[in-house]
Amino acid sequence: MGNLNLKINGDHHPVDAPDHWTLLEVLRYRLDLTGSKQGCDKGDCGACTVLVDGKPELACLLLAGASEGREITTIEGLMPAHRAAGGTGADPVQDAFDRAGALQCGFCQPGMMLSTRALLNEEERPSRERIREALSGNLCRCTGYTQIIQAVELAIHETCGEPVEHPAWAPDQAPWGDAVSTVPGRKGTGSSDTTQGEQA
Amino acid sequence: MAARDQHGPGAPWPEEGAPELAATNRSSAEGFRAVGQSMRKLEGLDKATGAAVYADDIKLPGMLHAKTLRSPHCHARIVRIDASKALALSGVHAVITGADLPTKYGVIPWTQDEHALALDKVRFIGDEVAAVAAIDEDTANAALKLIEVEYELLGAWLDPAESRQNQLTDERPAIHEGHKHGNISKRVELEFGDVEAAFEAADVVLENDFYFHSSTHAAIEPHCAVARESADGLLTLWSSTQITHYVQREVSRVLGVPQSRLRVIQPNLGGAFGGKSDPFSLEFVVCKLAQLTGRPVKMLWTREEVFYAHRGRHAMNMRYKSGVTKDGKLTGVSADILIDGGSYSSFGLVTTYYSGQLLTGPYDFPAYRFDSTRVFTNKPPCGPKRGHGSVQPRFAFEVQLDELSEAIGMDPIDLRRVNDVGEHTETVNGQRVTSNGFAACLDAVEEQSAWKERRGKLPAGHGLGVAGSMYISGTNYPIYPNDMPQAGIQLKVDRSGLVTAFTGGNDIGQGSSSVVRTVICEELGVDSADVRVVAADTDLCPVDLGAYSSRVTFMVGNATIDACRNLRKLICRGVAEEWGIDPSRVFLGRGEVFDTENRGNPKRNITTRRAFEIAEARCDTLGSTGSYNTPKLGGDYRGGSIGASPAYSFTAHVVEVLVDERTGMITVPNVWVAHDCGRALNPMLVAGQMEGSAYMGIVEALFEDHKVNRFGLHAGPSLLDYPLATSVDCPDLHALIVESIDPEGPYGAKEAGEGPLHPALPALSNAIFDAVGIRLRKLPFTPGKVLAALDEKRAREAASAEEAPSC
Ligand code: FES
Ligand code: FES
Repeated sequence: MGNLNLKINGDHHPVDAPDHWTLLEVLRYRLDLTGSKQGCDKGDCGACTVLVDGKPELACLLLAGASEGREITTIEGLMPAHRAAGGTGADPVQDAFDRAGALQCGFCQPGMMLSTRALLNEEERPSRERIREALSGNLCRCTGYTQIIQAVELAIHETCGEPVEHPAWAPDQAPWGDAVSTVPGRKGTGSSDTTQGEQA
Repeated sequence: MAARDQHGPGAPWPEEGAPELAATNRSSAEGFRAVGQSMRKLEGLDKATGAAVYADDIKLPGMLHAKTLRSPHCHARIVRIDASKALALSGVHAVITGADLPTKYGVIPWTQDEHALALDKVRFIGDEVAAVAAIDEDTANAALKLIEVEYELLGAWLDPAESRQNQLTDERPAIHEGHKHGNISKRVELEFGDVEAAFEAADVVLENDFYFHSSTHAAIEPHCAVARESADGLLTLWSSTQITHYVQREVSRVLGVPQSRLRVIQPNLGGAFGGKSDPFSLEFVVCKLAQLTGRPVKMLWTREEVFYAHRGRHAMNMRYKSGVTKDGKLTGVSADILIDGGSYSSFGLVTTYYSGQLLTGPYDFPAYRFDSTRVFTNKPPCGPKRGHGSVQPRFAFEVQLDELSEAIGMDPIDLRRVNDVGEHTETVNGQRVTSNGFAACLDAVEEQSAWKERRGKLPAGHGLGVAGSMYISGTNYPIYPNDMPQAGIQLKVDRSGLVTAFTGGNDIGQGSSSVVRTVICEELGVDSADVRVVAADTDLCPVDLGAYSSRVTFMVGNATIDACRNLRKLICRGVAEEWGIDPSRVFLGRGEVFDTENRGNPKRNITTRRAFEIAEARCDTLGSTGSYNTPKLGGDYRGGSIGASPAYSFTAHVVEVLVDERTGMITVPNVWVAHDCGRALNPMLVAGQMEGSAYMGIVEALFEDHKVNRFGLHAGPSLLDYPLATSVDCPDLHALIVESIDPEGPYGAKEAGEGPLHPALPALSNAIFDAVGIRLRKLPFTPGKVLAALDEKRAREAASAEEAPSC
């Protein structure tokens, strides 16, 4: 038996860890959930973002003990939850990030995708403003954020048919390939029907 | 197969049958099937699901954790180190100091001046002094505190101008004692044409001082390395490096382990931007500690340590003088540059050359001279950051061009057009230019930004600025002279239908492994799901020199075409034998294999997988190699090959800016980036590089400043004190891809990873001039600087208003 009892991605984990360890240390170095990344270990970069009771939190600033009794979701939890709900492939957010080119080095992206997941759970069709705001705690050094925002808008498009702007480098077509993910009960996921520049 | 093969820019089989896909871009219209498609990345879904393994995700049985003791002084001699108390601490397995790794190293063979751990002297705050391996990080950290080091403090060199004066004393000796030029790390003076006569011939000559501050890479993944030694002495090193091959060379030399017994593997890499292109202390240290302890050892640097290790952009003081005729023709350019190198050489020799050698395009000028001096200072060492050595001069020169266009009353885009060096030509310093899409880049940004309608006509505080640039696609000069290929690749194919590529190329997130896959899909007609790429593992992959100098797409891409064509010959031979026809009649591509002279025969229309089976039966186990080496290039003078590249990329930016005259705050709503990448093998990846570059340039101009205080202490080694832009701060980036189709690039492709950064900073300065009439020649553009320049401008205007009536 461990000194801690954590609920992570739906499973109960008894863990032994020093009292001063953060949730991030426990996830990475005790439970081998290394999808949560460490970019600074002091709350500046957002790479360690996990969902705690559905809200994005910085795992490097949260003592592991303080997360007892709460529902923790890490990046590793998204695909199994999606499959458990009858989907195929990965969570549509993960799929959209991959297709839109948002994953360059990928190091910031587990945090980025969890922030996106939390946003989309809360709001079906957030505006670009809202997306920028919701991701502002996650630093990305590779992309300049443009393809990340396109990825989020692609995910929104595929979830609720909101039109999505084509990127400047492919003004005449939606360049993204087909999705590998399907969502049960929803037709048309993976379609690339898009409308140029008609965003409200 | 000769390494310098030219493959030509066309599709392998454009003429055979109509393309099945509707043409969506230039490449598909030309008959390409995979090239030009925005395929998802090879490892994308692994990254998306958290499955991708980065260096710090590696955990080996019995692994120890190592930590580094760093110098608290910026210049001091080490008088004594006593590690006995640390060693006595329970849980500590080994402590090492400089004496354990006394061989000097450095990425450039002629300027090796680094030690894995300081031997006799420390040269900046953060210099590595000792290392501990312990059962966990907490124990290792506790042990560091028990190491006693006695220092004799020396006078600090923090001002590069003082370092250049080189007045050495006993109290303040040279940073590298024994270095033949004292604190001068490198000086390069070159002159082409008659510069003085050029200024005589000009109608307007301008001369100004510029300053470019230092900035750092700040990849979100901190450096990490893990090593293990087997009982029979085979060492394996996993490292977050972008230059596996050079790390293997240097670690092997310093540890005295033959290269054949040292395996270096680059796991997934969390960003680099040039910041992981030197061999670093931790790589040597974990190997040594693994040898000593007989256990695997990991070292992960903290974010603070990454700031100390640095190797980022050199600060430069630059004086530029340029002349232009009334018609806008440049007559000559002269540059004097003082480069603050920090405490070690790193790539500094190349930096010094690049600061002058890479300025001679995209504009043609008949006379040019530069005098660049890199000096040592007691600061974190500088090195290559995205756009190595040429982003700083480009900033100065492009701002000066804007001033020249203003002086002669010419539109700044037109001035750039008038001086376009053009294609298939040679620059003033003897660099061969082949493809050149600069004019199309200017057209694209002019149109997309509505330049003609808006520039100079926007309300006060709102402006547009332009700048251009040129950059190398790899360098023809390998870091250590040799005649072997710069890029090698190996392919394996079997009856399963799977093609596996083994490449030494470092995928650092830019997508180089995905480029290899695209080429294989194009050449062999296989589906992208049937290609795997094994990369950057020195035991498994042929040598590639690494991800630097924007060489990977060009060189690895060409090597891949080479290997595919060798393999295709083999497969077509097997199939031709089976069918009893000449191999030239066998078509292999787009997933099908058939007899071009008997297409109707269903027996002679088979799948690629079936063709692999036939070939495996007839030609034995299937595989091939391919390679690329550069042709001989460069000017016929000392240093003439530095900056010589098999192809140059071209970029133009228009930046839109809003300046708040009350607060000095600058916002950048839009950046249009047009980049000539030759051919976009994967437009989505090209656009990602262009956007990432433009972002990095704008942000380093507005937010970043990598500096030390008067004691040489880093001003704020954290991602809060060294601020990066968030999604809220970042402009809308519009990537406009221009394809000039290079004659020697793989299908005509050139680089896209570094070139597109260059114009961001000068275009921003030029936009600020358009918005509020101030010339910012000194980076970074802080609100304070904007306000001071605005005050100065108002004072000037008031003074001339006062003078006016009396005239
Ligand atoms: S690692 Fe938690 S914010 Fe950077
Ligand atoms: S993808 Fe590399 S930091 Fe965001």
